[in-house]
Amino acid sequence: MSENLPALLIVVPLMLAPVAALVGRAGASWAVATAACWWALYASLALLLRVWDEGVIRYALGGWPAPYGIEYRIDLASAFVALIVAVIGAIAIPYARTSIAREVAEDRAPLFYTAFILSLTGLLGISITGDVFNVFVFLEISSLSAYSMIALGQDRRALTAAYQYLIMGSTGATFIVIGIGLMYVMTGTLNMVDLAERLPQVADNRTIPVAFTFLTVGITLKLALFPLHLWLPNAYTFAPSAVTAFMASTATKVSVYLLLRFFFTIFGFQFSFERMQLDMVLMPLALVAILAMSLVAIYQANVKRLLAFSSVAQIGYMVLGISFGSVLGVTAGILHLFNHALMKGALFMAMGCVMYRIGSVRIEKMAGLGKAMPWTMAAFVLAGLSLIGVPLTVGFVSKWYLVQAALERDQWAVAGVVMVGSLMALVYIWKVVEVAYFGELDPDHEIQEAPLSLLVPTWVLVIASFWFGIDATGTAEVATAAAESLLRGLP
Amino acid sequence: MSDALGHFNYWAVVVLMMVGFYTLIARGNLVKKLIGLNIFQTSVIMMYVSFGKITGGTAPILVEGDHGEAVEHVVYSNPIPHVLMLTAIVVGVATLALGLSLVVRIKEAYGTIDEDEITAKDNAQ
Repeated sequence: MSENLPALLIVVPLMLAPVAALVGRAGASWAVATAACWWALYASLALLLRVWDEGVIRYALGGWPAPYGIEYRIDLASAFVALIVAVIGAIAIPYARTSIAREVAEDRAPLFYTAFILSLTGLLGISITGDVFNVFVFLEISSLSAYSMIALGQDRRALTAAYQYLIMGSTGATFIVIGIGLMYVMTGTLNMVDLAERLPQVADNRTIPVAFTFLTVGITLKLALFPLHLWLPNAYTFAPSAVTAFMASTATKVSVYLLLRFFFTIFGFQFSFERMQLDMVLMPLALVAILAMSLVAIYQANVKRLLAFSSVAQIGYMVLGISFGSVLGVTAGILHLFNHALMKGALFMAMGCVMYRIGSVRIEKMAGLGKAMPWTMAAFVLAGLSLIGVPLTVGFVSKWYLVQAALERDQWAVAGVVMVGSLMALVYIWKVVEVAYFGELDPDHEIQEAPLSLLVPTWVLVIASFWFGIDATGTAEVATAAAESLLRGLP
Repeated sequence: MSDALGHFNYWAVVVLMMVGFYTLIARGNLVKKLIGLNIFQTSVIMMYVSFGKITGGTAPILVEGDHGEAVEHVVYSNPIPHVLMLTAIVVGVATLALGLSLVVRIKEAYGTIDEDEITAKDNAQ
């Protein structure tokens, strides 16, 4: 069994998805989804440990060897991303039960859990596959289920948000297919390792830069890099709270991983950064994303929307790290990918608690909540500190690496932008804190603390964001090793 | 000249791609946007199918001689891009179905499927 673990990581959730739909009752479907998530957690942890000990795992699906069959290729970066997805899934699913029962009609709950499992499967698949067309298939599995989960939101604007995401997401995916097709026609292979070997021989042909451009646009659309982020704010604002918490911590992170995989492993550092000068495109966009989106976040009245714009800014940090093209920079990008998943998950889950009790996440409705829901708001404040980058939190660790990467290149202005971005995060988090702790509680309404089933997952993420902030050696070690293997290219 | 004609199918791909992409961006009607998306995706399918065609190539089924022996030096078309497109067609159908069902629900919720009117109604809220 253990040698087939790479396939089972995908196949088990994929088989459980229709089961969740067929059992037809919310409780039973939830149990199936929990089984799928915890299985994924076990399998991805086992894979990461094995990759750490033994190096890259290459798994031929159905026994067909690599150039003919589809291959799963798991190195440190992919095992790490798969683990992030699985961890967030396993924490989000107990949270989803209570939250979804409140926000989604009961007869739709089984279908919600089916979509949830499929989305998880797709994201795991993207992170471990070694075949570029397989990437597209998994991308569509995860995206299509994400669209339908967003459309389950209570507000009717959830529908238009899902529609807009569908249009932009499918366009992005089609761009990726065009890029893959152009690579295939030049090299005759879809396997990532083969592509990496053969692309340099044909790199002078004009087709390859065109493929590179299509892939860049398609992937940056999927990861919501400014200015292709337009689908994200509405989708995160109007989706059910559990969906927002899950997607904000996984979907864009996996797209960042795709960016790393395509630019470093397949095209190689030399082509991406020296020939195509990717850093000249990514760095300005990342800097604008950090400044402009943090500024927009400050003026939002809906806290979920505020956090959504903040997510676009945080994606700017990840892309900024990658755009340095150095080991330190890519390490910072990968670290922030993990750290941001923890803290944004916690923040959105805290907002889900507020949504559960008062049915709204507008700032003015949250007056005095610090007294009425002390645990929820404390979680929000602590995760917010991490978003700002206060020492002892994970946010500090990734910003520390990012600033180091900037100073390594003597780019003081870039380091300055990172600092300014942190200050702006302080402003928008403080806006919520001020209202919640210094506002007057409406005496007519009796507001209770959120139930434990919502608070426990939220606090698990909050504690994790301090745990990995105080002792970052483990995550930093994995991220550095992953960055080194990505930059080295294929053996 | 013969080069341009020889690439006739690629010209068609580019024209379809631009028609679809333009419709996707410029139209305010949500159904027309989906049609644009579908044309855009279909042009990619045509592109892949063209990749697989090799001049003078036959269908990729082993050609046998009169006595059942394999004939050597036969040029076959590449079947892989075609097979890939079967998957892409399925994905396209699923996307279109999901998109249209969203449009149905948008119509129920807003009473319109025009983007500008929906935005106006959202802003009036």
